[in-house]
Amino acid sequence: MSTLTISPSPHVHSGDSVKKNMYGVVIAMIPALLFSVYNFGIGTLSVVITSVLACVFFEYVIQKYLLKGEVTITDGSAIITGILLGFNLPSVIPLWIIVIGALVSIGIGKMSFGGLGNNPFNPALVGRVFLLISFPVQMTSWVKPGVLPMSFADITSGATPLGLMKEAIKTGQTPAQILETLPSYSDMLWGFTSGSAGEMAGAAILLGLVFMLVRKIITWHIPVAVLGSVYIFSALLHLADAAIYAPPTFHLLSGGVLLGAVFMATDYSSSPMSNKGGIIFGIGIGVITVAIRVFGAYPEGISFAILIMNAFVPLIDKYVKPKRFGEKPAVAK
Amino acid sequence: MLKTFSLGGIHPPENKFSAGKQIEVMPVPAQVAIPIAQHIGAPATPVVQKGDTVKVGTLIAKSSGFVSTNIHSSVSGTVFKIDDIVDASGYKKAAIIINVEGDEWEESIDRSADLVKEITASPEEIIKKVGEAGIVGLGGATFPSHVKLSVPPGKTCDVLILNAVECEPYLTADHQIMLEKGEEIMVGTQILMKSLKVDKAIIGIENNKPDAIKHLTELASSYPGITVEPLKVQYPQGGEKQLIDACIKRQIPSGKLPIEVGAVVQNVGTTVAVYEAVQKNKPLFERVVTVTGKSVSKPSNFLARIGTPINNLIEAAGGLPEDTGKIIGGGPMMGKALTSTEIPVTKGSSGILIMKNEEAKRKKMQNCIKCSKCISACAMGLEPYLLMTLSDKQVWDRAEEEKIMDCIECGSCSYTCPSQRPLLDYIRLGKGKVGQIMRSRTK
Repeated sequence: MSTLTISPSPHVHSGDSVKKNMYGVVIAMIPALLFSVYNFGIGTLSVVITSVLACVFFEYVIQKYLLKGEVTITDGSAIITGILLGFNLPSVIPLWIIVIGALVSIGIGKMSFGGLGNNPFNPALVGRVFLLISFPVQMTSWVKPGVLPMSFADITSGATPLGLMKEAIKTGQTPAQILETLPSYSDMLWGFTSGSAGEMAGAAILLGLVFMLVRKIITWHIPVAVLGSVYIFSALLHLADAAIYAPPTFHLLSGGVLLGAVFMATDYSSSPMSNKGGIIFGIGIGVITVAIRVFGAYPEGISFAILIMNAFVPLIDKYVKPKRFGEKPAVAK
Repeated sequence: MLKTFSLGGIHPPENKFSAGKQIEVMPVPAQVAIPIAQHIGAPATPVVQKGDTVKVGTLIAKSSGFVSTNIHSSVSGTVFKIDDIVDASGYKKAAIIINVEGDEWEESIDRSADLVKEITASPEEIIKKVGEAGIVGLGGATFPSHVKLSVPPGKTCDVLILNAVECEPYLTADHQIMLEKGEEIMVGTQILMKSLKVDKAIIGIENNKPDAIKHLTELASSYPGITVEPLKVQYPQGGEKQLIDACIKRQIPSGKLPIEVGAVVQNVGTTVAVYEAVQKNKPLFERVVTVTGKSVSKPSNFLARIGTPINNLIEAAGGLPEDTGKIIGGGPMMGKALTSTEIPVTKGSSGILIMKNEEAKRKKMQNCIKCSKCISACAMGLEPYLLMTLSDKQVWDRAEEEKIMDCIECGSCSYTCPSQRPLLDYIRLGKGKVGQIMRSRTK
């Protein structure tokens, strides 16, 4: 017998780790990645790989040379940010723009707040929105699925269903008329539409959701609240006036709603801690997303909606508490 | 669907290696060290001196207050000295050390194996006898049992719940007691029911002990009022609050005791001790202890006299393995790491768990990633991550508001944390401090 270790209980651990959770999310995103490579071509892959490499590189440089601390790039969190940023970009965006996005995501979005677990906003969305405002043309030059352009000049540009809808409604067409010209719902679910690299593969994203739920990486509360509130809020508008408001299924399947609900809003550090809080947070995202799409200047609002609700997280966490034991009135005789 | 408690919970690997191992009677050691503080409350006051001769069952230290209890000799022989020894807490505390000569029992103890079914004692006599016999909660909490049975004025108890959950991984003492002492448990339960003046008792057993459920269900059919409730396997179901919630769906309000919801909980091992005290005049001086661990060659359940050095039990279970890195008194979730193998078995020793070197050390802590898994695991609906931060930053008023005192220290949060954060360590520190502040306020 060597020396005895004395430490307080518990003396056993589940074996769960940061890496297991982070790489679990990475695995959950692989179907969406494969799907979008199939739909949009190899350009998607180069966008995502560039984004991942740049994110990991900046995290390494900042931790090693700026903070002169421990380098934790192997925990998988920078890889997630990289993939998500890549998923949010058109597949034909110039690679140097991605590098800038990665610097903003990791440098400002994550490391400036203290790194893993401390970022109040989703780092990938910080980068994405920065790019959207700085490079509006490149950020909205989408490619039609099934076309494999070799350079930026070859783009067969295809506006997104959301963009088409927004523009057409302005010209007085009804959503029903516009929908006839748009890809079918099943094409939208399977990702055969124009859009950002990883946003379009709805079915693949849902597969990732199932994986994360089974592995208990996340709970159902946030994704269900976001998708449910997008559906209900847009359904109410549609019921009020079908001539100007698109049907709820369209809102659910178009743009980045699925990617946002499943992979972005569920970011651990920028979402509420309690399940109740998660539902409030998710409803906020859903309502704001539809509001921006319907009443705002941008055709898509999920990124802004998540960032806005991220800002409310500390408030939600302060006032929304999990159900405490013994709050339920006791029924003694 | 099987019943369980409403909030949180975890399911660690059960590792019940000693399950089904017959209870073996440990030989009486050459010397015992019997601590005078083996229970929650005031330490008992020694009533023997150096040189006194004692028998098995002789009172050697008497209760020193309402929440305190008697201590009896577990051997016959001569009091060698009263001295400070290191106990399971790691601190030096007073103990009565007795050199063993023979094995002579007090004449009043009925040593026959006959089952005495007829309960002649009145409720008041039962409580008195339980107090005199020095019985405490044998699940590990060691709260004096007669205090629990004394229902305070103005409160009523309508149900007795027997804690046969044994939710700690590895431990099998209660499981084996249920298999071997079923009849005694039934009579003991009736004694407890009589003292509490209730006509209903529920025995809560986790579903990983189907043989015990079957055995006790069969026995219970001939004892009116007693039912067996199979429960879903979920830690910390053996916590009083969780067990009451699981069995009868009543939640004890924050800061209150089980009696608030009309329930009293007693452990099954305790129930056997109550039977022995009331029907056989036998004070509590021995108990069943599980000795186990992945590296232990002969995981066992022993009946050991209080005061036996745990080393004797470890030897009887095949000896201390070479690669031992930690010895735990109790189970892996709530047990205490022991400082040596000389520590005596006490009333609260439910098990001795040997851990290998590689299991003994914690891994490096990482940043909190806000995954909220500690909240999902917490059986009290608390936010362990927040309580840790508040304790670390010493924000005591906020920690109190966030119900830090509700923590039952089950360790599910630390067990679950992917970042290996020592959540419970900090929460314990916070509880100590907040408790101090609350007490000074009422003064």
